Amino acid sequence: MSAATSTRIPEGIGTRVRRFTSRRASWIPVFAALGILLALLLAGQAYFGNFLTPRVLSSLLLDNAYLLILAVGMTFVILTAGIDLSVGAVLAFTAIMGARMLSEGVPVVVVIPVMLIGGALIGLLIGVLIQFFDVQPFIASLAGMFAARGLAFLVSLSSIKVEDPAILWLQTKLFNIDGWYLSPTGVIALLVVAAGALVLQFTRFGRTIYAIGGNEQSARLMGLPVVRTKLLAYIICGTCAGLAGVVFTAYQGAGYPLNGIGTELDTIAAVVIGGTLLTGGSGFVLGSMIGVFVYGTIKTAISFLGAEQSWTRITIGALLLVFVVVQRVIVSRSSRR
Amino acid sequence: MGDPTTTPALDVPVLQVSGATVRFGRETALDSVDFRMFAGEVHSLMGENGAGKSTLIKALTGALPLDAGEIRLDGQPVRIPSPLEAQRHGIRTVYQEIDLLPNLSVAENIALGREPRRYGGIDWPAMRRLASEVLAELGLTIDPASQLGTHSLAVQQLVAIARAISTDVRVLVLDEPTSSLDADEVAELFRVIRELKDRGVAVLFISHFLDQVYEICDRITVLRGGVLVGEYRTTELLRIDLVQKMLGREITEQRVRRPSDPEPGTRVVLGARQLRRWPRVHDADIEVREAEVVGLAGLLGSGRTELARTLAGVDQPDGGVIVLDGTPTTIAGPRRGIGLGVVYSSENRRTEGIIAELTVRENIVLALQAQRGILRLMPRARQTELAASWIEALGIRPESPETIAGTLSGGNQQKVLLARLLALAPRALLLDEPTRGIDVGAKVEVQNLVGELAANGMSVVFISAELEEVLRVSTRIVVLRDGLVVATLPADELSSGSLLAMVTQPDDGD
Amino acid sequence: MTKIFKHRLVLPIAALVALILVNTISRPSFVSITVRDGQLYGSVIDILRNSAPLMLVALGMTIVIATRGIDLSVGALMAVSGAVALTIIDGSGSPDSPATLGIAIAAGVTVTLIFGAWNGFLVSVLGIQPIIATLVLMLAGRGIALLITGGFITTVTSTPYKFMSQGYLLGLPFAFYVSVVAIVLVALIQRRTALGVLTESVGINPEASRLAGVRSRGIVWGAYAVSGLLAGFAGILYSSNIMAADANAAGQYIELDAILAVVLGGTSLMGGKFSIAGTVIGVFTIQTLKSTITFLGVPPAVSPLFMAMVVVIVVLVQSQRVRNGASKLWATVSSRKEAEVAR
Repeated sequence: MSAATSTRIPEGIGTRVRRFTSRRASWIPVFAALGILLALLLAGQAYFGNFLTPRVLSSLLLDNAYLLILAVGMTFVILTAGIDLSVGAVLAFTAIMGARMLSEGVPVVVVIPVMLIGGALIGLLIGVLIQFFDVQPFIASLAGMFAARGLAFLVSLSSIKVEDPAILWLQTKLFNIDGWYLSPTGVIALLVVAAGALVLQFTRFGRTIYAIGGNEQSARLMGLPVVRTKLLAYIICGTCAGLAGVVFTAYQGAGYPLNGIGTELDTIAAVVIGGTLLTGGSGFVLGSMIGVFVYGTIKTAISFLGAEQSWTRITIGALLLVFVVVQRVIVSRSSRR
Repeated sequence: MGDPTTTPALDVPVLQVSGATVRFGRETALDSVDFRMFAGEVHSLMGENGAGKSTLIKALTGALPLDAGEIRLDGQPVRIPSPLEAQRHGIRTVYQEIDLLPNLSVAENIALGREPRRYGGIDWPAMRRLASEVLAELGLTIDPASQLGTHSLAVQQLVAIARAISTDVRVLVLDEPTSSLDADEVAELFRVIRELKDRGVAVLFISHFLDQVYEICDRITVLRGGVLVGEYRTTELLRIDLVQKMLGREITEQRVRRPSDPEPGTRVVLGARQLRRWPRVHDADIEVREAEVVGLAGLLGSGRTELARTLAGVDQPDGGVIVLDGTPTTIAGPRRGIGLGVVYSSENRRTEGIIAELTVRENIVLALQAQRGILRLMPRARQTELAASWIEALGIRPESPETIAGTLSGGNQQKVLLARLLALAPRALLLDEPTRGIDVGAKVEVQNLVGELAANGMSVVFISAELEEVLRVSTRIVVLRDGLVVATLPADELSSGSLLAMVTQPDDGD
Repeated sequence: MTKIFKHRLVLPIAALVALILVNTISRPSFVSITVRDGQLYGSVIDILRNSAPLMLVALGMTIVIATRGIDLSVGALMAVSGAVALTIIDGSGSPDSPATLGIAIAAGVTVTLIFGAWNGFLVSVLGIQPIIATLVLMLAGRGIALLITGGFITTVTSTPYKFMSQGYLLGLPFAFYVSVVAIVLVALIQRRTALGVLTESVGINPEASRLAGVRSRGIVWGAYAVSGLLAGFAGILYSSNIMAADANAAGQYIELDAILAVVLGGTSLMGGKFSIAGTVIGVFTIQTLKSTITFLGVPPAVSPLFMAMVVVIVVLVQSQRVRNGASKLWATVSSRKEAEVAR
């Protein structure tokens, strides 16, 4: 601890790097994810020749809008050192519930809010179990997952087709700009990402999310509203799952109670690949977005190859492995400092 | 009450507690204690473990409810049901275990909860400016945007204090603030405390280090067994009297029965040449002979813990040789060390010592069982017998081997750990701060035990932050500074003053 | 007497007994056992038989959880072992020969043992969080199983293979014997050697255990390997029951059922103290519940809703807050009673 302020004339590169790492250490995994995404895209282009086209890149967002929305919600929860296994089932539940309501003639302006509220309520249930009954997030969200999956089947045992033009418009309307195209679902997903990033960076609620992930007890002693914030994190995650249900319904044109099995794993994998630590307190929504694009790119590449889609899961698993090992090495390096 | 000091009658204490009583079940942890603090004074709360110090602090800071008694702020009765409420009243606490957020920036750690805002969002530049100003007051020139976790513990401690003083603080409670600071940092902290005092803040300074208490405190309140002994002016209380009041008994012979110094040329059991372990052990030479206690004296960060860990094979050296019985030996991990008769007891009793949910028996038998291997389970009767014999030998309370270890007091947990290691019948015993955080009675018992073990032929390495204790217990002393062995001397040739000089001051300018 | 009530198996046993009572009252046939051709039949026997795969998985999960870990990959590993075994039988000329059977089973469980060891390597050597380390195989495992079966549901006919889940021995289902052997083996290995206490020690405080000379790394590694091995056997039983390797359906959600069984049995997810007996009770409770749900005529697809309720009830009962509330309530009630008695 030197009391004297040293005269800083020209900053050496070393100083700059050191200051960058001391300020922005948690961004490094995000850059790593970005590097992997670029490498994948370039490798795809080199191999297939027609990979880096506006069409393919646009479809990354178009096909994965629901996953992106789920990943934003999941990022909130994982940042608090929690986890939400229910998102896939909640997506299925809200989607089939929405499809059923639409098929019975309920207007779409009612259906969409109901879907969002349905997701939020399951999130609230999970949050209450965790916060007030000291249930581990893993178990509590497991209950939420079971509940949502059961409810989905209670609504309907089979697929329900959606013919509501407003819902279908969300996916079929394509804004075309020079060969790039964007659907309303993509716009929704990007808006969710932007909102998530702003909330996490610039509101007390957002910083409290990080604080809880750093040390919940300390956050409480600092006078931060821990209970409210944690509940809200799960509610946000549930609402995102409900919104993803809307987007997914538009994407599929139908609701099906078996939708989204394993989606929670894809979501968690995307968030982790995007550089968010599962121990909480470190990570970014933008990173999660990159994680989702990495996922999407792998999926696209595998379909380009004409290979089994089961390779997607295997590749994602392998990539997840590489990421956690690298994260582990970084963490142990910095703790040996 | 003993012999209270005379204070100006007109002066109303900023904080006053009367008749404070806290019960845990049938046990009374705090029995009708009166305590007061005046604005602009530094006050120390002294007492053994179990005296009720931490209970009183917790009650004052809202972490624990009072069963009876009254708290007054500026003469007005108040209720403090939660730490947040205490903070609202201007009572701030900096705990020993830093309760900040290592994943956030220094600025956020200082300002979070009342951060400046603009356009409904957090105003980051303003927040950094605010943090810089507070940090400057503490003489700290770190980048407020840097992540807290990238700084040393000492800096983090100062950031915690910065957070506390950046608000409208009236009473600042510092619970063992100096335990992770080196001498310079302590001096810096004391400068800050004096400044706060001039500002009219009442500072409650809690420390095990008598020197520090006498240096900084105006007044001392002594507790014993949950009861108030008295409140004294520091200038009017001799150290020996203070210790007596804390212990409640005459200290007769605190000197440890030291084994006679080994004959010159007595066998070296464990040693090391040019031992290196980045970043804290640099080319250390050390020898531990049969039947002697080698004290490692040095400040925190001097490499004393790291040297002991490397010597015992708990951490692997980056260079140099460990010599066991004259043979260069590689000790690949604690398990191998135990096999070779070299055992290490960690300074972190809770995190690296006791298995809290297992019984005393299981804790004592653990290392021996691990050494026997998984397949050769020690018969239950034999386990109980072994545990009972160590419980008796070391005076572990309660005496039942089936007590859950986590429920024992610190001193008894330490004895259980010693029993675990002694049950292995080791040749070399490396004890890292075995007396930290345990009450004075248990402390003396552990010190005596170390002496006896050495007298019976064991080689012991003893680490303590208290130089006095190192001097008392050891036959020879290895002085460490900044990861270097600066001297190895017989304990008889050293006084606590000369030892203090050796661990703190650089030699002739190199 | 109070000691008995405080024993940690009291609640799990009470839950199981209550469930059985409810079943018996609502349908007396529940407990009736009929003998046909010297073989026992009835709901209870079905539960004993159908619980075998879950039992194997839950036993492995108990040990993993005791080390402070969790194994999410067990369901995927079940799919893998079934796929390996059935692909071998499918490809062999003599699907009924004991040699084929032996090779198929050995190959199936060897593969999952290796995968389990891989999980253990990630957790114990690389120090990766168990949830994540096993998530990798949970994601990739089913993909691997699909690759092995070439994307199809491999079906075979092999009488001895079928026997394992559907055959009878001495009047009882063969699968039940598999459960019993697994329970006894795991219990013996844990409690008649020092493994149990050393596992608990590692689960409670890994670093302290390492310093005490416990081979923490080996113990953790071994726990995941055993979990993989047991999941492999569970996969064999599952595929033998349907005589098909269904990479998507095999072991679906079984990791969650297994975790639930372990928690129901009173073992904390925080690691440390564990109870094999508790897990056994937990498994039977879950299986009985599933049988109840089926009996009630609920479509199997909706049964997760009931599982959710069970999870909620179990965690609420275990929650300190609810317990405190209940004991306060009890204290008020009993003090009122005392007051009445005094009057």
